[in-house]
Amino acid sequence: MTEPGFASRWSSPEMQERLRRRYRAERRFRALGLAAIGIALTALVILLVSITARGWSAFAATELRLDVPLDAFVEWPEGADAAVREQAIDAADWGAPLREALLRLFPEVTERSQLRELAALVSTGARTQLRDRVARDPSLLGTSASLWLPADDEVDLVVKGIVPREAREGSQRLSAAQLGWLATLEAEGRVRRTLNTTFLTAGDSREPEQAGIRGALVGSLLTLIVTLAIVLPLGVATAIYLEEFAPQNRWTELIEVNINNLAAVPSIVFGLLGLAVFLNFVGLPRSAPLVGGLTLALMTLPTIIIAGRAAIEAVPPSIREAARGIGASPLQVTGHHVLPLALPGILTGTILGMARALGETAPLLMIGMVAFVVDVPGGFRDAATALPVQIFLWADSPERGFVEKTSGAILVLLAFLIAMNGIAIWLRQRFERRW
Amino acid sequence: MSLSALAMFVVALAAASFWLGRRRALAAAGGRAAALQSLPGYYGWYAALWSGVPGLVVLLAWMLFFGGALESLTLASLPESAHSLSSAEVELLFHDARNAAIGQASMRADDPVVIALAERWTSLQKTGLRLAFGLAFALGLAGAAYSLRRVAPGFAARAKVERAVGIALMLCSTLAVLVTIGIVLSLIFETGRFFERVPAYEFLFGLHWSPQTALRADQVGSSGSFGAVPIFVGTLLVTLIAMLVAVPIGLFSAIYMTFYSDRRLRAVVKPALEILAGVPTVVYGFFAALVVAPIVRDAGLTLGLDVASESALAAGLVMGIMIIPFVSSLSDDAITAVPQAMREGSFGLGATRSETIRLVILPAALPGIAGAFLLAVSRAVGETMIVVMAAGLAANLTANPLEAVTTVTVQIVTLLTGDQEFDSAKTLSAFALGLMLFSVTLVLNVIALRVVQRFREKYD
Repeated sequence: MTEPGFASRWSSPEMQERLRRRYRAERRFRALGLAAIGIALTALVILLVSITARGWSAFAATELRLDVPLDAFVEWPEGADAAVREQAIDAADWGAPLREALLRLFPEVTERSQLRELAALVSTGARTQLRDRVARDPSLLGTSASLWLPADDEVDLVVKGIVPREAREGSQRLSAAQLGWLATLEAEGRVRRTLNTTFLTAGDSREPEQAGIRGALVGSLLTLIVTLAIVLPLGVATAIYLEEFAPQNRWTELIEVNINNLAAVPSIVFGLLGLAVFLNFVGLPRSAPLVGGLTLALMTLPTIIIAGRAAIEAVPPSIREAARGIGASPLQVTGHHVLPLALPGILTGTILGMARALGETAPLLMIGMVAFVVDVPGGFRDAATALPVQIFLWADSPERGFVEKTSGAILVLLAFLIAMNGIAIWLRQRFERRW
Repeated sequence: MSLSALAMFVVALAAASFWLGRRRALAAAGGRAAALQSLPGYYGWYAALWSGVPGLVVLLAWMLFFGGALESLTLASLPESAHSLSSAEVELLFHDARNAAIGQASMRADDPVVIALAERWTSLQKTGLRLAFGLAFALGLAGAAYSLRRVAPGFAARAKVERAVGIALMLCSTLAVLVTIGIVLSLIFETGRFFERVPAYEFLFGLHWSPQTALRADQVGSSGSFGAVPIFVGTLLVTLIAMLVAVPIGLFSAIYMTFYSDRRLRAVVKPALEILAGVPTVVYGFFAALVVAPIVRDAGLTLGLDVASESALAAGLVMGIMIIPFVSSLSDDAITAVPQAMREGSFGLGATRSETIRLVILPAALPGIAGAFLLAVSRAVGETMIVVMAAGLAANLTANPLEAVTTVTVQIVTLLTGDQEFDSAKTLSAFALGLMLFSVTLVLNVIALRVVQRFREKYD
């Protein structure tokens, strides 16, 4: 009998060393896995935190309180009717009383260039606001009204502390004089931060402090309505056909392969299809939610079909057999039994597909939904943008105020996506059945 | 009279037929529904289908083809003097005329040619609508008459209706094929027109890309150059960076989640990865441009490297982060598909977990992981918003990740957004790039599906 080698004796030092090496490798491997997860989670946290930190302030707006002298400002002949008065109000130069109000606060300003800098503290949108207020309440005329009016976006950034207060240094665009006036206003309690209603109720604008996401939200809503109206019936019909009626042949196989491939086609290709077919061939209007919805419908169709098939497949065959057994036709089996049982699954898939469509940008760029649209769209054929496209447009804008607006719009978009996904999860948990 | 009126008319006709059919069936059976071969409602549906479907076909045909027919018929009435106009000018003329006809603001509302065209358009449109109404009405009535005559107690209405529904379902399912055909045809058609202007070999092998076409023919450098190699290289570079980020992180997190993680960690990481997958790409693009690109540039500066502000590295990194959940969930599927017995056999021989994973599980799951890799590449190649917002526009032929490069999708977006005439080589080149993109991703997807299917059966 020969002496066994060290390799078969566990207590030998060589073997112990080898075991330690193997365990070290094991720990290294495990650490690598943990590191991978850590990197992924860190990336997510940085993404969310950086956007929330920048976007949070978009929901606040800076306003300045000015005592606007409206006496003897707009005039009309004695006994003029409403239309004439309205015209007079429309035609008046509303910048003048604002300048006057600022001049009364800072009487030392006399130079033209300085006056211009002073007037720049107030948003250009303040004029329209002033006009609208007077139009609503003409009794303000002839008085000196103390009003809160929106500040310029650069002032807004300074008040929010996003841009430091050192004059004309680095990223500061306000002059020393402007910062001084602002400090005086703040000391007098004439500066406040309020909820930014403009951001939620206005359409797009070139001025950050006047820009809002309502137009984009309505555009997204109209687009999604078109998408849903097309994709739900077509997707469910296809899923039913493939699961319940399709014969096992090459044609069916072709359709299935096709759907699986379509699901992985880049979204921008669907944009090219929409451009070539809906705009150039059919001649539908550019930038319209109708075309956007059609394009996104083609893009989400495979997703909905695949989800619908999975839901229908999950209904056990015994249900079908029982219905057949009491004389139901194939269509009755499907319509009365299989479809109602598969509906929660189909709806979950549909909501997830809609959420994807809501976040999609590239195909909408192709069909011209990138236009600068100020008005809130009123119909399916009006020019519109969608929320993600609005984000893209603002991200491209040179004004710094838009960084905050972009992040704010992203927060709104993410809130919608989270809500939709939440509903889908709730539906799944509430109605999912295990057979 | 309009399109919606026509649609309502068709629906009303079908509803009336439904009611008539149902009543007629019940009357024929003397009011006893049990004497009918099918439920009374089926007779109604039968009549409704016969009267409504022709109208629906007319409506669809109108929507798809009438716009084009109207344009060519209207333009056929152009006076002799207008025959010398270019196609773009004729197009413009037609648009003005149509805007004038429907009462929208138009630049040349008082031009006599435009007024004549507008009148012609209006009258043709009216005639067309009347024709469509008449056709829908006649066909619908004929269908209703035919179907109502056939309603009798012994008539198998249910079978007929079910067959019609079956055909409708089948037609719905062919739409997916039609979409593919539509993509292929529209891309090939426009690419063909592009290759008439620019030879295919120049596009595929040319080294210089600057798609500016001049407004006038006599301008200097009017031709533009369309060598797409720099774009392809840029796309590959960004994709490569993204895969270098996504594949190790995605694969290792999938491994950790299936073999090491406890329940608590999994309850955090799974939803987090789902959120990462659900964040819209435009948000990633903004993140890349606003946060990651400055970090990359600053890091480069401290290392003494000159980094472009729109470097391939920043775009690739963020794209990699976007693809992590995709790789991770597909690898997870591949790993869990490996039979449990193989894992247990390996443990039984005394292998540690990492040895089991490296020597048994990964080789067995390799086809699935390879498929996941290919799908991820196809995803990265087709990703648009991140590169549009974070990568550059200049087509540099370089393999340096610190320089700005451009990708296929970026070029498609820049070529097709903004105002330009549709027939120029510049816009058509976007479709050629689109065809390349579609073919490459299609090939990758087909290979990925094949690989997964072919090798999965090995252990079943």
